[in-house]
Amino acid sequence: MSFESQRFDLLLLADMIAPNSRVLDIGCGDGRLLKLLTKNKNIDARGLELDQTGVNACVADGLSVMQGNADVDLAYYPDNAFDYVILSKTIQATQRPDLVLKEMLRIGKHAIVSFPNFGQWRVISSLAFKSQMPVTKNLEYTWYETPNVHFCTITDFRILCHDLDIKILDTVILNKRGQKLKLPAWMGMNNLFGDQAIFLLSKK
Amino acid sequence: MNHQSDIFIDSQPIKLDCGKQLRYQLSYDTYGTLNPNKTNAILICHALTGDQYVASTNPVTQKSGWWANLVGPGLPIDTDKYFVICANVLGGCLGSTGPASQNPDTGKIYGLDFPVVTVFDMVRAQARLIDHFNIDRLFSVIGGSMGGMLVLEWAASYKSRILSAIPIATGSRHSSQNIAFHEVGRQAIMADPNWQSGNYHSLNTSPAKGLAVARMAAHITYMSDQSLQQKFGRNLQDRDSISFGFDADFQIESYLRHQGMSFVDRFDANSYLYLTRAMDYFDLAAKFDDSLMSAFIDTDIRFCIISFTSDWLFPPEESKLIAQALNRVAANVSYVEVNSPKGHDAFLLDEPEMFSAVSGFLTSTAQKYNICDKGENL
Repeated sequence: MSFESQRFDLLLLADMIAPNSRVLDIGCGDGRLLKLLTKNKNIDARGLELDQTGVNACVADGLSVMQGNADVDLAYYPDNAFDYVILSKTIQATQRPDLVLKEMLRIGKHAIVSFPNFGQWRVISSLAFKSQMPVTKNLEYTWYETPNVHFCTITDFRILCHDLDIKILDTVILNKRGQKLKLPAWMGMNNLFGDQAIFLLSKK
Repeated sequence: MNHQSDIFIDSQPIKLDCGKQLRYQLSYDTYGTLNPNKTNAILICHALTGDQYVASTNPVTQKSGWWANLVGPGLPIDTDKYFVICANVLGGCLGSTGPASQNPDTGKIYGLDFPVVTVFDMVRAQARLIDHFNIDRLFSVIGGSMGGMLVLEWAASYKSRILSAIPIATGSRHSSQNIAFHEVGRQAIMADPNWQSGNYHSLNTSPAKGLAVARMAAHITYMSDQSLQQKFGRNLQDRDSISFGFDADFQIESYLRHQGMSFVDRFDANSYLYLTRAMDYFDLAAKFDDSLMSAFIDTDIRFCIISFTSDWLFPPEESKLIAQALNRVAANVSYVEVNSPKGHDAFLLDEPEMFSAVSGFLTSTAQKYNICDKGENL
């Protein structure tokens, strides 16, 4: 499977980013998104990654990455240092998603957040009919070993943005295969059928 | 590999941090070829007891270059692509002006009349060498330990003259513990009656025992507890039982004695005093109102900081402080922490993670700035 077909979500996410900008990818993993952005959009891309082995691999691959934690290490960056700060499938693993979001919009002009939707029907039915915490492709851990401590639904996230006075500039809802969900823009539908969501945010 | 040894004699004296003027020369080696645009030059800064023979045989010890595993054709610092310059530091004892050089004013060996030099003075002299090559901007400055301090000083004081920097196993200042170890070494030298208040050259003596003890103490700080335990444990040296005396019963004792004795053949005791002092005085933030981030404000330099988990002389936390200071000014910085049991010495050893970080970093930087002229597939 080519990486494009594997990670539609990264391509959709990259679409939200203007060329020639400065980007920080928090939780950059193996650096796929950083590579994509550097190669295709001439972006000054930096990464922050929790796992030092991953960091070393990224640097060996020519990327600018350092070890760090979304909850702690954003404090070291100055205001408006980046055009975009990305948190891809990581917010659910942070200690304080609200504070992380605020920090992202302090150090960046825009924030891009993607997360698995805990409100989708597979999750709900696992809870409702099997009485078990859901394990899906995007929520792949059992409850006792999961690093994910703060799940939310698409609706929850919208409410948090409202409460934090954050402007939602764009939303993309993805299906199980990471493709754009083409449903009527009716909130309940997205929340029920969306496997993950990508939000482009800015300060109000 | 195109390799040359040469001496740069500066026509002008240099003004030192201590206020004195010094006429000086730097002994240096180069590897590879400078491209017509002079954009592919890398300056390598050696450590306390290192030398300019980074990738060639040291004429005194006959040992191969101290970074021969890192610098050479096809290696991470690829001499087929880059022009590598490595100079013996100011205050050193392998051809550059230092306390064992002749004072032009008196015709005698300097000894303790040599002015105290700092890391910044060493870098000033190096910058003049780079001027001599008519190189506007170095592609990279790379060094470990004391060499890493020089890299940081370059990055802070000559921002516009380097594109990238790789400080390895180093810190932005010498810690209290590090100063303490250096002081033990210096006291060992000065306690040797043959030191003769630093005049041993003119009296034809040598404080070899003092210098050997200094080296032994320092050598312990270059290794980790784990690496000592693995290498030597409590193994006995050439005997089956302890001697109930003060011979080198244990392998570690024998090893340290060997390290000490072989060091005195290649190093000048006064030079050891001056270079350790330069490291002790190094505190990059001090020049910037104690704010390390201020040293790097508006920097365009791309950084790759490397540390080793078991290094207790320059622990990873010291490197991380530098990385965080760079983050505070939104500089382009990578930070690699190599998992190694080998202590501080790891930066000179076969560490594949360090090699791949250096290689990946240099290759992508060369690509970004389009500096490779031969159209190689970078």
